[in-house]
Amino acid sequence: MTDSTSKKNLKLARTLLVVAVTMFGFGYALVPIYDVLCEWKWIQRDRPDDIKKVPETAYTVDVNREITVEFLTVLNESTPMTFRAETKQLKVHPGQYYSVNFYAENKTNKEMKARAIASFSPALISQYFEKIECFCFSEQTFKAKEAKTMPMRFVINPEIPEQYKTITLSYTFFDNTERSVNN
Amino acid sequence: MSAAVDEHDHHDDHHDHGPEKGLLRWIITTNHKDIGTLYLLFALTMFFVGGSMAMVIRAELFEPGLQFVDPAFFNSMTTMHALVMVFGAVMPAFVGLANWQIPLMIGAADMALPRMNNMSFWMLVAGVLLLASTLFMEGGAPNGGWTLYPPLVLQPITVGKALPFAVFSVHLLGISSIMGAINIIATIFNMRAPAMKLMDMPLFVWTWLITAFLLIAVMPVFAGAVTMLLTDKFFHTSFFNAAGGGDPVLYEHIFWFFGHPEVYIMILPTFGVASTIIPVFARKPLFGYASMVWATASIAFLSFIVWAHHMFTVGMPIAGELYFMYATMLIAVPTGVKVFNWTATMWKGAMTFETPMLFSIAFVVLFTMGGFTGLMMAIAPADFQYHDTYFIVAHFHYTLVPASVFILMAAGYFWLPKWTGHMYNEKIGQLHFWLSTISVNILFFPQHFLGLAGMPRRIPDYAVQFADWNMISSVGGFIFGASQLLFLYIVIDTIRGGTGEKVSDEVWEDAAKHGLEWTLPSPTPYHTWTTPPTSVPTEHVLDSH
Repeated sequence: MTDSTSKKNLKLARTLLVVAVTMFGFGYALVPIYDVLCEWKWIQRDRPDDIKKVPETAYTVDVNREITVEFLTVLNESTPMTFRAETKQLKVHPGQYYSVNFYAENKTNKEMKARAIASFSPALISQYFEKIECFCFSEQTFKAKEAKTMPMRFVINPEIPEQYKTITLSYTFFDNTERSVNN
Repeated sequence: MSAAVDEHDHHDDHHDHGPEKGLLRWIITTNHKDIGTLYLLFALTMFFVGGSMAMVIRAELFEPGLQFVDPAFFNSMTTMHALVMVFGAVMPAFVGLANWQIPLMIGAADMALPRMNNMSFWMLVAGVLLLASTLFMEGGAPNGGWTLYPPLVLQPITVGKALPFAVFSVHLLGISSIMGAINIIATIFNMRAPAMKLMDMPLFVWTWLITAFLLIAVMPVFAGAVTMLLTDKFFHTSFFNAAGGGDPVLYEHIFWFFGHPEVYIMILPTFGVASTIIPVFARKPLFGYASMVWATASIAFLSFIVWAHHMFTVGMPIAGELYFMYATMLIAVPTGVKVFNWTATMWKGAMTFETPMLFSIAFVVLFTMGGFTGLMMAIAPADFQYHDTYFIVAHFHYTLVPASVFILMAAGYFWLPKWTGHMYNEKIGQLHFWLSTISVNILFFPQHFLGLAGMPRRIPDYAVQFADWNMISSVGGFIFGASQLLFLYIVIDTIRGGTGEKVSDEVWEDAAKHGLEWTLPSPTPYHTWTTPPTSVPTEHVLDSH
């Protein structure tokens, strides 16, 4: 191999290495890009961040429509809590406000921080489900063995398309204690 | 070079450009043919390791109920089978072929960066050993599927102690393939014989050039994704952790941004080899050379913008579903061009049916079937039925086994006589072909029915209505697995002398018209093209009448 070819090879190799390193960075850049695309509702609709506190607006109650809302509660394998919905199912009119309660208990002898994350089925209705008050808006702190009854107040926007008859809202409580201590 | 080896060389001066003696030759070699051989033999070994895992899977699925292994180990087997076959067998096999063939085909003396070439190979070995070591760890090997989706892959029950090892293994494998890709690009751009223009290059060289760019673009993204998994697990970041404001669906997007180009990384060089073999046995120039090059480039481009068709069911807005559906269907156009061109190359050709040609024809037919099931799944509303069932298992196995793996076998039969100077046993070769082709269909075709009937993938046990087709599929699997021992026998036998028939430089009739490598002596000398060829075959550039 002549010296000039050798130099050309090294130069090209270096350029390509820079491309590879840039692509590693691009992988991380996908994280904020994803957030933006979700905000524009291009690729994902029911992100936890979408479920925000909404100011109470007066809607016209649509008494002719009735939608069944089911409440599910989930705990992953190692979360030391009790967690249940006090109302399992509710028939609601779009535009009318309702309050339901959730019960959660810390089963450990230590203080615990936990965060509830919502998930909707069908996923695309999350934008019509407006929450005025919810334990899911922030991280909850439980003292040792503490039990809480936590309210959630919501309304279904009357603009919700006709075809939705049943909505399932599922909450998962994640144990965030370790994470909070470390951060 | 060590002093001991120096002395050795002095004994026979005429060999001073030959290989090192002894085992050290294989460890320190920078010769593209030696490294190619190492890659190919390593890939062949991993093909049998990954194949054994598949046999465990098929044995467990032979009947409903749990017979041989516990569910966690079963899931380790599906995960490891995929990782070993993708990163240990198919990708390294094509890198091995690239190492052997690209310098021979473009008239270069060696790869552009020979020492880096050696390093890529040994990093691959290190990466695969690290991955294999997880099999012996407390909690077993990763068993959340090869896609390593969170949150499953991060839960204690799935990872055991294996996750960080799997992640570092992916890093090593990634660095190894990126170095290999850089080397291939540098070789093709800078080391080509001056007489060879870009549009004179054999299709195998073209497809590898494009594949190498794909590798450089997406392997780092995968490395980033698994690094995020690692920091989520051990350093309390929240990229994919919903409790911390992250989103597990983000991982799927990043993974498939890598994953979809990755499947083309495994298929584009396959196209290249098929486009090399078919014209030789059809005794015609390749039909539509330029369209082949453009089709390859288009497929590579499209591979970057269709990733979310792997995740139609995550809850995308309709606009997203439609975009990814139509973009995916677009891929059928350049792929159709390729299938048309292979068929047109064979049309009215003076065809003969030696083993490499048989495997190539089977590839054209069976790959097309895999392509059609791919189109079915590209239809977003229909995909909701197929998603995560045996239908997708059947689909990607059709595009990988009777496509990539068959073409790798074809390449073995096609070039082994050139490399070794010995002819393989044609009778056993044909037996291997027929056994493989019949059994691969018994193995994978019924899986379409299972998938349509609703059998989910990655499960060790299933409802009884799936029993019959699973049993047939397993029988096909055992025959296919056993048949591959014939290939192992043929490879060893050919290296050790084969039929004893002396092969000519061309090996196959008029092959020298189709590629530079056939103008070299058989077996290929240790050093070739120390002076570049002055003219190159350009028959493939001519259109057929």
